[in-house]
Parts: sequence; structure tokens; C-alpha cells
Amino acid sequence: MTVHSETVPGARYWSMVIRRGYVLRIVDTTGRANAATLLFNPHIPTERYNMADTLKAQHTSKLTKGNMLYSDMGRVLLSIVEDTLGWHDPIGGISSPEDVRRQYGDSSYQRDRNAFYRSGRELFLIELGKWGLGRQDLVANVNFFSRVHAGADGALEYAAGHGKPGAYVELRAEMDTLVVLNTAPHPLNPAREYAPGPVDLEIRHAEPVREDDYCIGFRPENARAYANTAIYNCQLEGSHA
Amino acid sequence: MSAPRLIASTLDPDAAARREIVTAGSAWLAELKRGQTLRILDLEGNQAVDTLFYGLAQPTEERYCALTTIRTQRNVYLTSGSRLLSGSGNVLLTITADTCGRHDTLGGACAAESNQVRYALDKKSMHSCRDSFLYALAESGYGLGKRDLASNINFFMNVPLTPDGGLSFEDGISDAGKYVEMRAETDVLVLVSNCPQLNNPCNAYNPTPVEMIIWD
Repeated sequence: MTVHSETVPGARYWSMVIRRGYVLRIVDTTGRANAATLLFNPHIPTERYNMADTLKAQHTSKLTKGNMLYSDMGRVLLSIVEDTLGWHDPIGGISSPEDVRRQYGDSSYQRDRNAFYRSGRELFLIELGKWGLGRQDLVANVNFFSRVHAGADGALEYAAGHGKPGAYVELRAEMDTLVVLNTAPHPLNPAREYAPGPVDLEIRHAEPVREDDYCIGFRPENARAYANTAIYNCQLEGSHA
Repeated sequence: MSAPRLIASTLDPDAAARREIVTAGSAWLAELKRGQTLRILDLEGNQAVDTLFYGLAQPTEERYCALTTIRTQRNVYLTSGSRLLSGSGNVLLTITADTCGRHDTLGGACAAESNQVRYALDKKSMHSCRDSFLYALAESGYGLGKRDLASNINFFMNVPLTPDGGLSFEDGISDAGKYVEMRAETDVLVLVSNCPQLNNPCNAYNPTPVEMIIWD
């Protein structure tokens, strides 16, 4: 049963603490969305999603069902329990205001009102600021619904047309997780028109985690990270955290 | 993979302003002024040198950004000609010479906690790069801490990505005497951990010293 749902328009931001035991579904309703996402432990925000630990532990440079999103403390913030797309980008990063101006041309609130062009960097910094976070906390992010791969000799290639209308990803919180996201265009999206798509967000209670859980069994590293997370969660038992 | 483009340096170590050996498992923190050149010399081969850069003017506000760097140059590996960018897009340093061929910036630094996950839960007591980073920063007086530790460069590390989305730590392509050299384009703080990892075959399970050489 969905306990909360809302739509984040393109080129906007969103944040919320997803408590342990809840699932966040992110839906790309138009096939044109990029959901740039950062994750923090809301109780100790210096613990945060760590791209390098996530990728090297799971021997991957893409994220999909079965992958867990690791913090820098050897724990799991979110598990990707469903994914209809097969590839989400952990290495493309975010656009700067200069990137957006160079690619899409000049835009301003004065001229374009709320349709003005926003970059991933400014949207993240605005939303992070609401939690007392800032540039120090702007680390490597996940870009849901985008695909970037390294071709021959390491050349970065962006897959245009990767997104599909209705594609979704489901993220189960293994510990309380502050999710900060924005819907600016992916920085390597070559489109000339500034038209990032919205995402629908739905939060529901997770099913109990079974012993044969797909994500925990996906890699032996995941089982160890999940065990570390259980230890962390038990120290919060009985507190209001 | 085609052969990497190797560029040798013309700088003479005997004319350097500063030379220092950094043993395995040690941190090294140094200021590099705009225009100075730093060479990192792999003395015995395939040693990982985990490195972070901060803008000296405001170290907590400007630091090396791995993803901005690889996206701007459209390549996941670093070598001669690579510009090392901050998150706000400023060029902190430029790699001016490289006899190894390529360097990693996606593999991150080892930590006690990630060693547990990657290798075994009983590996937590082993020394790690993050331990070196945290202690060096704690005693440094720059006001930097864990919050300022982001994705670093692993000089001499070979972490290939495959087109189908793989990523692995492979045997190194460096060797004794290979080096990488970079020029500071602004005043920077350099934070190095000479990696003490004993669980990964990439350094033949044998962490070794490197030399830091700085020219004015």
C-alpha cells in the first residue's frame, strides 16, 4: 500500500528521509527523465553513498536490480529490489550552470519564469542546503534512467534513447536514508532542447526481507555489507532514531 | 586496447626543489604552488598512490572531482594531458608527463569498513588509505575531515571498465621507475595515501615506497 506519492517535475528537486523498511519507487513516466540522486545517513550525514565502494565491491560500472547502494562505512543505504530498465548510471555526474548555458543557451528566471534552465549542481546545492549540507557533501551521484559506458580505451559514451516511458526502479531502505534528488538533464545528454522529464515517486512498506533475498544473495560482498548494516541498526533499537 | 600514449619528462630530479620518499602505509600532505610540478615516482612498481587535491584558498569548498574530470575529458582514465578539475569546473592541475599510461579515478580508497565488505568481516583491523587520510587531516590544521574525502585518484592503478558495464581491479601496468607528473594550475593542497592494501593482487600483495619530487 502506498503511503505517499508525488510527482517531481523536470528540472526540479526533492528530498525525504526514507525510513528503514520502506521502499521508494521512482517512475520515469515520459522516458525523458534523469533522476540524479545522493544518499545520506540522516542521523550522521558524513556517512553517505560512496560510488567507489559501491562499484568495486560489486565489480560493476552500472547499477540494476540486485545491486546495493553502499555508504562509505561498509553498510547498505538502499537496495535496488526492482528495475525495469537494466542500467542506471553511477559515473556521469551532474551538469554545472556553465554546462547548461553552453548546451542549451541563455535562460533566466527574469525571461523564462519557472521554465528557466537549471543545472544539476544548482538544484543539488539548493536541496542539500535545506539539510545543512553543501559543497563538501556534493559527492559522486547516481543517475537513474541514464546509461553511460566506457568504450574502447575508456572513452565515455552516453546512450541516447535509453529511457523508456513507464520505466521504474524500486529502492528498499536497509537503514534510514536521506534521499536527495534532482531532475535536471543528464550532463552528457546531447539534446538541444531543454526538456527533462518528471518522475513519479511512490513510497510503501517493504515486504519482510527473506533469507533468500535477491539483493543480499547477489554478491558475497552484499551479504557482508547487509550484516554490517544489521549491526548498525541494532544500536538504534529503542531510540527515536 | 591500443597502446597508451607515453610522455616522458624533461625535468631533472637533481634540479628539484624537494624530494621525499613516502613509505607504504604513510600519508603525505603538501602544498603545491601554481606553476610547480609534482612527480610521483613508482620506485618498485605497481604501487597504488591514492591522491586527493584541494584548492588551497578554500580547501573545504573546492576539491578534486573525479566525475567532473572524466566527463569533461570524456574518458574514464587519466594520462598525459588530462586536466584534473574541481567540482566547480576549475582546473586544479594538468598531467604533463606519464610513463605508466593510465591511472584510475573510479576505484576509490580502501577503508577498514570497505575491506570488511570486499574481503572478509575480520579484515577490519588492517591498515587502510582512509585511516591515513583521516589521521593526516586531523593533525593538519586545514579544517578538513571525513566530509572532505571524496573520490580520489589512484595513480598507477589499473581499474578497467568494459562496455557491458563491468569494473575490476586488474594487475598493474606500472613498473619500477615509472612515473606521472602534474603541474599545479592554481595553489593546491595534495593529500596522498601510499596504499597499504594487502588483500589485492594488483600490487602483488606487496605495498612499496614511492618518491615525491617537486620542481619550482
